[in-house]
Amino acid sequence: MGRHVVLIEDEPNITEAIRFLLMRDGWSVDAHTDGATAVEVIRDAGPDLVILDLMLPGKSGLEIVRELRTVEGMQSLPVLMLTARGQMRDREMAEKAGVTRFMTKPFSNAEVLTAVRDLHAQAGQG
Amino acid sequence: MASLNVLAFVCLAYVAFLFFIAFWADRMASRGRSAAWMRSPLIYTLSLSIYCTAWTFYGAVGYAARSGLEFVTIYLGPSLVMICWWWGLRKLVRIGRSQRITSIADLLSSRYGKSNLLAAGVTILAVIGVTPYISLQLQSVTLSFAIFAEADPLRGYNETSIVFWVAAGLAVFAILFGTRNLNANERHHGVVTAVALEAIVKLAALLAVGIFVVWGIAGGVGETLARIDASQIGQWNVDGSRWATITFLAAAAFICLPRMFQVMVVENEDERHLRIASWAFPLYLLLISMFVVPIAVVGLDLLPAGSNPDMFVLTVPLQQGQQGLAMLSFLGGFSSATSMVIVAAMALSTMVSNHIVMPVWLRLQNRQASVSGDVRDVVLLSRRVSIAAIMALGYFYYHLSGGAAALAAIGLISFAGVAQLLPALVGGLFWRGATRSGALAGLTVGFGIWLYTMLLPALGGGLLPEHILRYGLFGLSWLRPEALFGIEGLDPTVHAVMWSMSLNALVFCLVSLMSFPSPLERLQGAQFVNVFDHSAGPRGWTGSVAQCEDLMIMSQRILGATEAQAFFQRERMRQGGRGPLPEPTPAFLERLERELSASIGAAAAHAMIGQIAGGSSVSVADLLAVADETAQMLEYSSRLEAQSAELSATARKLRETNEKLTQLSEQKDAFLSQVSHELRTPMTSIRAFSEILRDAGQLNPQEQRRYAGIIHDETLRLTRLLNDLLDLSVLESGQVSLNVTAGTLSEVLDHAVAAALAGSEKPLTVRRSPEAEGFRISSDLDRLSQVFINLIANAQKYCDAEQPELTVSASASGGRLHIDFTDNGSGVPADSQQMIFEKFARVSPERAGGAGLGLAICREVMQRLGGDVSYLPGRGGGAFRVSLPAAGEKAA
Repeated sequence: MGRHVVLIEDEPNITEAIRFLLMRDGWSVDAHTDGATAVEVIRDAGPDLVILDLMLPGKSGLEIVRELRTVEGMQSLPVLMLTARGQMRDREMAEKAGVTRFMTKPFSNAEVLTAVRDLHAQAGQG
Repeated sequence: MASLNVLAFVCLAYVAFLFFIAFWADRMASRGRSAAWMRSPLIYTLSLSIYCTAWTFYGAVGYAARSGLEFVTIYLGPSLVMICWWWGLRKLVRIGRSQRITSIADLLSSRYGKSNLLAAGVTILAVIGVTPYISLQLQSVTLSFAIFAEADPLRGYNETSIVFWVAAGLAVFAILFGTRNLNANERHHGVVTAVALEAIVKLAALLAVGIFVVWGIAGGVGETLARIDASQIGQWNVDGSRWATITFLAAAAFICLPRMFQVMVVENEDERHLRIASWAFPLYLLLISMFVVPIAVVGLDLLPAGSNPDMFVLTVPLQQGQQGLAMLSFLGGFSSATSMVIVAAMALSTMVSNHIVMPVWLRLQNRQASVSGDVRDVVLLSRRVSIAAIMALGYFYYHLSGGAAALAAIGLISFAGVAQLLPALVGGLFWRGATRSGALAGLTVGFGIWLYTMLLPALGGGLLPEHILRYGLFGLSWLRPEALFGIEGLDPTVHAVMWSMSLNALVFCLVSLMSFPSPLERLQGAQFVNVFDHSAGPRGWTGSVAQCEDLMIMSQRILGATEAQAFFQRERMRQGGRGPLPEPTPAFLERLERELSASIGAAAAHAMIGQIAGGSSVSVADLLAVADETAQMLEYSSRLEAQSAELSATARKLRETNEKLTQLSEQKDAFLSQVSHELRTPMTSIRAFSEILRDAGQLNPQEQRRYAGIIHDETLRLTRLLNDLLDLSVLESGQVSLNVTAGTLSEVLDHAVAAALAGSEKPLTVRRSPEAEGFRISSDLDRLSQVFINLIANAQKYCDAEQPELTVSASASGGRLHIDFTDNGSGVPADSQQMIFEKFARVSPERAGGAGLGLAICREVMQRLGGDVSYLPGRGGGAFRVSLPAAGEKAA
């Protein structure tokens, strides 16, 4: 069973780190940098999980999530949001927009892996 | 014995002579050839002698015969005024001239805010007060006629008809003298000259009779003194309160009597005349009173008991068979009566006409909306009618009082009546706090008490019912006319004067203190009280220096263009002018001032015109008055305004501060959030890869090296970021210290290009034109180099051309040096050009290793260096211009 992740992140080094971690854990990672095309990319890829940066060129992570939730079949897709802006307000807004889990940079690799596994497990059950 | 016909002829001839003198003097004056003596202090002093009326001429002897030396008080009062209070009179004269005062009513009205109500009140008071006095003249002339008539064998005379004809004759004389023409400044050279002549006649007559009595009858000075000692005159008790009261009354009347005001103030040619008059007039009074006692004593000795002592001056010579002397004496008395009546009637008619008839007439005319034609005829007519009416009043008073009272008693009633003007007058001259309400209230109270306690009882029966006189008004004994508030046993004159004057003054002061003067009142008050400070000359505005053009401009500002132009047009028409603007005559300036004062207040108008007309009349006091007035008018509203302005200012300030704080707080939040983001991003990579290196066992050496390299790069990025933040914070706080050195542009560019391109793999061709880079610059070259490096590095990072090229060109214009950095890429999108200099602004989607602080730092640096850095749109590629002040000429 191929577990598939779409990663939208504009920072190349972070993308590389996450890709390394998830691939080692058995995921296939589809990484993109542009926010503007993110919704189409996700819809076309139909991943098991989405990892999304908050601040993206073209379109913010929040907008992407809001749009995504209106797309057929994407309402319950797990979305893990990563952000370098860790204020409470950002977290609240993210949850309101439909983000499944919110994580502040810098994170530990173990945290990311645990979060990804949890989200996938919950989605599988639900 | 002279028959009545002869007497009548002599009178007519004498009057005709006086009329001729007056006519001649007027002619001389109008031709500007009046002889020096006509304007001399002598004439002025002699004209003051209208104070000595028939009362003085005949009555003084009667007074002395009845009450001993008390008659002296009548002369003492004016003498004291002239000697001790000449400075007060000088002020009065100065005010009269500077304000163009025409009468005492005009003076009071002018002082108290040009109040016509007050003027009319004073006029009525004066007419009522002076009526007994005119009646007194009628009585004395009639008596003197009667003395001669008694000796007339024909004896065909009727007293009533004599009084009537005397009154009618005097009215005709007064009209002929006083209203022959209308003089703008209300001066009557002719009348004054005639009055002066009459003064000589009466003095000569009285001296002649006196000399005849002392040396002709009594037989010398010693004999006379012996007779006086022997007579009862020497034994009269001196009543202190009566002396003080009557001296005061005489002094007050000397100042307040309308006719005295006329000759002393209105007819005054030169205020220096007062200096001479201050001793010459008391001397005249001394001379005229010198023989009063001898005549009285000899008269009492010679004439049968019961003869009227008021007529001794006439009867003593007659009894001695001195027809010529008697005739001279008669002419003296006649002179006294006529001069007084003429001047008094003239003064009163001016007041009646100006303050009662004309206002009523103008109002009636206004109602018909047709004020046209010559007003002069109306004025003259109203004055003539007024004179006739005043004489008629005197005639009726004579009838009512029965013509029996002693002359002195009637005179004192008059004195007490006009003396009621004194508090308002003196207060107006010396006290700025005096108000119109105070003056009106004081006058009303004083005049009422005078009427009730003095005039009505004197008129006897008829007017005041007997029971009031005896038991008081409404049967209240404390309201008895001759014993107010239960104070009995006082001499009626003392009683009336004490109550009327003290209550008058008290009410005047109290009401003045309680009431608030109008702006005009304040201005007039200041001008009256401080008259010596700011009226060098008698004239109002000296128009010669006035600039009509300026006046027009000012008026337009105040009245509005249309209204001002219409006003000036009207004035020009009125002057029959030739030029486009009216001549700045004093009359025009005054009308303009009135026009303006309706808009901006009297004081302000006066000051404004004064400023332009350059007249001497504007003084510090005037300006203070303007300030006063403005302050007073705006006091309340401005206080409110100030409060609300202060409140709204405070509110605005609070709002602004709040907005600023909110803005600052938002900026700070945004900045911290940005900084946090910029720090967290490299830290995320560092943490992730260091964990990978730590935890993952099976990394190949290539991966290991690569991940360690990422950690290294991100650490450098963090360091750069921190350096930039610190640099920016130093630049923004202004604490940066510049190290200014001299060099050439090419040197700085060499260094910058080398530094920017060093250690970079991305290719960039930099095109320069060394021949254009020879400018000498004096600046912080390291900082300038920092800016250049930043711009070159940006081009290197963001230029998206296949063969990236950067062209550096330099030029100078307008004292500034411009260095342009233009690349061949696609440039900065138009909607981002504004924000690229903001902190953390990033346009391109790719990370280029910077935190977006570079251009913000460049801009800060250039501002510190007195220059600027800006984006040049429309250059085909990304183009930045650095400009800085040129240090000097191009180096070779």
